[in-house]
Amino acid sequence: MTVGGPRRASGATGNVTGASGATGNVTGASRATGNVTFRNRISGLPAPWWVYLIAAVGVTVIVLPPLALVLKTPWDTFIEQVTSQSSRDALRLSLQTAAATTVLCVLLGVPMAVVFSRHDGLLVRVIRSLVLLPLVLPPVVGGLALLYTFGRLGILGGPMREAGIDIAFTTTAVILAQTFVALPFMVISVEGALRTAGTRYEDVAATLGASPTRVLWKVTVPLVAPSVLAGLVLSFARALGEFGATITFAGNAPGVTQTAPLAIYVAAIDDPQQAIPMSLLLVLISLIVVVGVHSRRRRGVSRG
Amino acid sequence: MADLVVDIQNTVPPLRIENRFAAGSTTAVVGPNGSGKTTLLRVLAGLVPGDDDSRIALGDQVFRDRTTVVPAYRRGVAMLSQDAGLFPHLSVRSNVAFAPSAQHLSRAEVTSRVDRWMAATGIAELADRKPGQLSGGQAQRVAIARALAAQPRILLLDEPFRALDVDVAGRLRALLRTILADRSRITVMVTHDLVDAVTLADEILVIESGRVAESGPTTDVLTSPASRFTATLSGLNLFVGTADETAGVCDDAGHRVGGTAGGAVTPGERAAAAFSPRAVAIYLHAAAGSPRTMLPGTVVDVAPRGEHALVRCDVGGQSVAAEVTWAAVADLALTAGLAVELVVKAADVRVYGLAAGA
Repeated sequence: MTVGGPRRASGATGNVTGASGATGNVTGASRATGNVTFRNRISGLPAPWWVYLIAAVGVTVIVLPPLALVLKTPWDTFIEQVTSQSSRDALRLSLQTAAATTVLCVLLGVPMAVVFSRHDGLLVRVIRSLVLLPLVLPPVVGGLALLYTFGRLGILGGPMREAGIDIAFTTTAVILAQTFVALPFMVISVEGALRTAGTRYEDVAATLGASPTRVLWKVTVPLVAPSVLAGLVLSFARALGEFGATITFAGNAPGVTQTAPLAIYVAAIDDPQQAIPMSLLLVLISLIVVVGVHSRRRRGVSRG
Repeated sequence: MADLVVDIQNTVPPLRIENRFAAGSTTAVVGPNGSGKTTLLRVLAGLVPGDDDSRIALGDQVFRDRTTVVPAYRRGVAMLSQDAGLFPHLSVRSNVAFAPSAQHLSRAEVTSRVDRWMAATGIAELADRKPGQLSGGQAQRVAIARALAAQPRILLLDEPFRALDVDVAGRLRALLRTILADRSRITVMVTHDLVDAVTLADEILVIESGRVAESGPTTDVLTSPASRFTATLSGLNLFVGTADETAGVCDDAGHRVGGTAGGAVTPGERAAAAFSPRAVAIYLHAAAGSPRTMLPGTVVDVAPRGEHALVRCDVGGQSVAAEVTWAAVADLALTAGLAVELVVKAADVRVYGLAAGA
């Protein structure tokens, strides 16, 4: 399980990165097929043929496995398995916690992005790197770190327990674990947009008599709204796929902390075939998320 | 209404400016690129704090001194740049309403102010458009309306017409000239354009390397033979006097330069004729019976300009330069103190009405 944990967990990270990668892959795929080559190609010369070949291999690596899931799905029992009590509980818990995480990411992530985009001092640079750590940290390590912070023996968990607050192995812990891994996505997405937008419009707004708070609400936030939305989608996706930190910090209690990825893992240990329907459902949700981000971006480009 | 008195010191970029901007006046800030013109505006606006030794005060109200930094949004300024900088997510109407709304006026007051300035700038029919759907000239009109709807005590203009083509710039200049004529604010305008300075500004502040090189009433600075800057501002001659009925400009001594009107020119009012030194020819003697008007002058100096020679002459106290070949300089033996006759090609002369206080 300790081996399976990180492996599945890092797979989840890969999924999200793959989400933005897949945006590029869609164009790549249509280019490789050749029938819309001229309309879609951005600049004059085509790439050498072998680049297309390697790109096709890459596309296969990413696209084939989800297709395999579809091909191997036991369709006769699909509905029954997906609608079983344990499946529904896991899915409901996943969606609820991911939604709560997303809200937290907006509330905490946007102010962080604003602060980081406005300062270039050493202190802020160091803090910024630390905050982005969960992007590269194996989630299971993150879960362990959370456990020794908020767990019963943790540095904050001990005093909190005496005050009657116990977080570890509760649904709150699931949300905390998901927020830990998903928050950097929001920060990166919004901070990038803020830096690109610069302070030009904010300067204008200030000289027109708008207080800093008014500038934030009327100018800054509306200007980066598309990126907040993109960050929101990425955070939600990341939270939905969270495995390692959750199982380490929140445990695997059905109905309380057993989210969909955990339920899939447990089912797969027993009988991999059993885990396919729920997996397919997550593929579908991820696909919706990816398409959502992709269409957002295209609209953003055409508007800008 | 009060004067704006500044003593600005800034280290990066270096700036050391002492000046008094009179109540209701318009001052053109000119100077080479990188001389600190835009920084001056940003310090006035409050976007750059300036060093602690700086002092900026509008009448009794201190914007900046050793212990005070009043933030930009509490200074009652409005700034207009060469790129309109309209908020892309707001409609034209909401852009214009931005400042009145920030001032917490009642909805009716906001509406009436917005309507008034949209009408004054001729953008009423664009109200529902987004900035992305506007041409450069339209966007700059909206930016003017947005800045003025703030009813600023200090209006800062940073090369407002630079990104526009000549026709559009001319129309906007005329618009701004009409608006600024009420003299109900202090206007500080950075420009590279002689025409901006002549038609809009009462005063000129010449900045070089972050320091005031020259300052004074527009016409004094631009026509002074002593000014080093006149020639470098746009390379144009400026002959100031009174406009006559036929788009000519006469000085007090009766010297006349004829041309075509480059904007609204009212006969009998002060006006300036602008023309290139290339449009000026030099003769040693007045051609008898010539229909063309001639200006009697005295050579001040002869300096190289490109492959040619720039001959600066004093015409009744004003400086007029002629660009001629070195061969002509040799033929005519042009040296300082020589009396000459200058002929100006009328087709190359544009006449502009001067700003009200100039």
